[in-house]
Amino acid sequence: MLWNTLLLALRAIRRNLMRSFLTVLGIVIGVAAVITMVTLGNGATQSVSDQIAGMGSNLLMLRPGQRFGPGSEGAPNFKDTDIEAIRNQIGSIEAVAPVVNKTATAVYQAKNWSTVVTGSSNDYFQAGNWVIASGRSFSEAEERAGKAVCVIGETVRDKLFGRRNPVGSEIRIKQFACEVIGLLKSRGQSAMGSDQDDAVVMPLHTVQRRLTGNLDVNMIMISVRNSAAIDAVKDQVTRLLRERRNIAENEEDDFRVMDPRQISETLTGTTRILTMLLGAVAAVSLLVGGIGIMNIMLVSVTERTREIGIRLAIGALEREVLLQFLIEAVVLSSLGGLIGIALATGATIGLARLMGIPFLFDAGINLLSFLFSAAIGVLFGFFPARRAARLDPIEALRHE
Amino acid sequence: MTGAAALIRLSAISKTYGSGQAAFQALKGIDLSVAAGEFVAIMGPSGSGKSTAMNILGCLDTPTTGRYEFQGVAVEGMTRNQRALLRRHYLGFVFQGFNLLARTTALENVELPLIYRGDPAGSRHQAARAALEQVGLKGWEHHSPNELSGGQQQRVAIARAIVTRPAVLLADEPTGNLDSRNSREIMDLIAALNRDLGITVLMVTHEPDMAAYASRVVHFVDGLVESDRHNGGHA
Ligand SMILES: Nc1ncnc2c1ncn2[C@@H]1O[C@H](COP(=O)(O)OP(=O)(O)O)[C@@H](O)[C@H]1O
Ligand SMILES: [Mg+2]
Repeated sequence: MLWNTLLLALRAIRRNLMRSFLTVLGIVIGVAAVITMVTLGNGATQSVSDQIAGMGSNLLMLRPGQRFGPGSEGAPNFKDTDIEAIRNQIGSIEAVAPVVNKTATAVYQAKNWSTVVTGSSNDYFQAGNWVIASGRSFSEAEERAGKAVCVIGETVRDKLFGRRNPVGSEIRIKQFACEVIGLLKSRGQSAMGSDQDDAVVMPLHTVQRRLTGNLDVNMIMISVRNSAAIDAVKDQVTRLLRERRNIAENEEDDFRVMDPRQISETLTGTTRILTMLLGAVAAVSLLVGGIGIMNIMLVSVTERTREIGIRLAIGALEREVLLQFLIEAVVLSSLGGLIGIALATGATIGLARLMGIPFLFDAGINLLSFLFSAAIGVLFGFFPARRAARLDPIEALRHE
Repeated sequence: MTGAAALIRLSAISKTYGSGQAAFQALKGIDLSVAAGEFVAIMGPSGSGKSTAMNILGCLDTPTTGRYEFQGVAVEGMTRNQRALLRRHYLGFVFQGFNLLARTTALENVELPLIYRGDPAGSRHQAARAALEQVGLKGWEHHSPNELSGGQQQRVAIARAIVTRPAVLLADEPTGNLDSRNSREIMDLIAALNRDLGITVLMVTHEPDMAAYASRVVHFVDGLVESDRHNGGHA
């Protein structure tokens, strides 16, 4: 009976090629969308945590304000002197780098490029794990005097100098000329997707004097000598800054010290939310695919009910008719599911390469979407048939 | 015709469609016995319950009350599956509207009952081809209904009905949708099946010309058998 019914099911699929094709297509689109979105999201999350791991587990970031990110405008910035205080009063520290950022256009001959200028010190290269590919970092005299010298990233070099060696050339930033003394080793995209090589680094005083016009420091990076000491350093820094910023005993901090774990949680949390969002969007497409299938099935319900009537009239048993429809539904939705998985795998591998994130095969989501698609097929293919197969043959034949 | 040897016996069969205010009694107590090998034509005005009776005889529908015995076995007592098996092994039905599977070749349409019967592919194909040849459709095996004329489609339907060698062929206005030449050919075919293969035939028709092929004519009026008589001569 199974073999014969399989034959009948396959014949029915062949008979209704357009309907079969649309059913499969609905499932393919839904399954492929869900798997692609979720897999890419997982890859993005993975690449974020990889990069954070690469940042080192001994980095503390200090920002004014209660929260990390936007909304910190209310609290006062740090001062030059805070850097000195931290360096002098706290042990187990390897590097303390002030950070001031300012967007500006860099010009070299006829070319210009809008970039972010960072004012800091040599500690910045150390704390941020930057390597000078050619040229040199700042001298003590340049830092102290706020000389117009800069170290540029690979992207800025590419935009202004092409393949030429920039060291020794002068670029113009706003109204002043600045000598390029070093080139940073390329690092590619950051965890958040921005280009880390799109950077110009100058001594802090140069940026304060010539670009921002004040002595504020937006952020402080502290590299701790031993990652085991990170909590202790964090406490000491917090206490020191509360004192320096005159925060009363019962008041909350108006700055925030982020350790690597928190940074990582913040960033991966963001991508995880993004993954969930993408997954939800994709799930909707799976649902839409399902509704499409339902429509196809409903449109054909009259023809199929009469077909069931014919089959019953010539002596088919109810269970034979049901089995045929079940096989049809399962074959079509499994086919759609498999094609969807294959398509998603191909698309995900390609897109992951394009986006520079790892391809992480997620068996769970593949299985889940496959089962879901099969369930949709069975739901919309089988249950309408069950109603028809329970009718008296003549009722099914008369169906209009 | 009322002997114990009757192939089919209906006693006091009634059929009511709908319920309550909308209830309509299409059959009001039909008694009818048919012996093996008979060719019975059922005539009567439109709405007199001919199709209703045929559907009950063909086990496509169930009577509201009354008794239906097939080869001495009560059909009312059967389960849905048992009635399906009765249709599969003993009954062949030909409809006015053909009721072939669309986009399916003549051969596959005729094969269908044999697939449900579980015949192996080889003998199935052979039997289906033979049945198509018998109804004069040799060479049309791979045409689907939309490529066939009405007369040809009805021949396919007859081939499908007889491919299982049923005891009874039930035909509800088989020539109702056909022109007179095709009608005569179909009637010749049905008469030959009755005469040569001994298949019992019950056929509804409006036209006296067609009824003339039968050995017996039953008249329905208003859900009751009004007359039941033997035809003088075979056509
Ligand atoms: N499914 C149905 N529901 C309600 N009434 C029906 C149904 N089928 C037939 N009838 C009614 O039963 C009567 C007999 O119908 P039918 O057996 O088709 O007549 P005939 O075939 O002799 O023309 C008609 O009045 C018809 O309207
Ligand atoms: Mg009728």
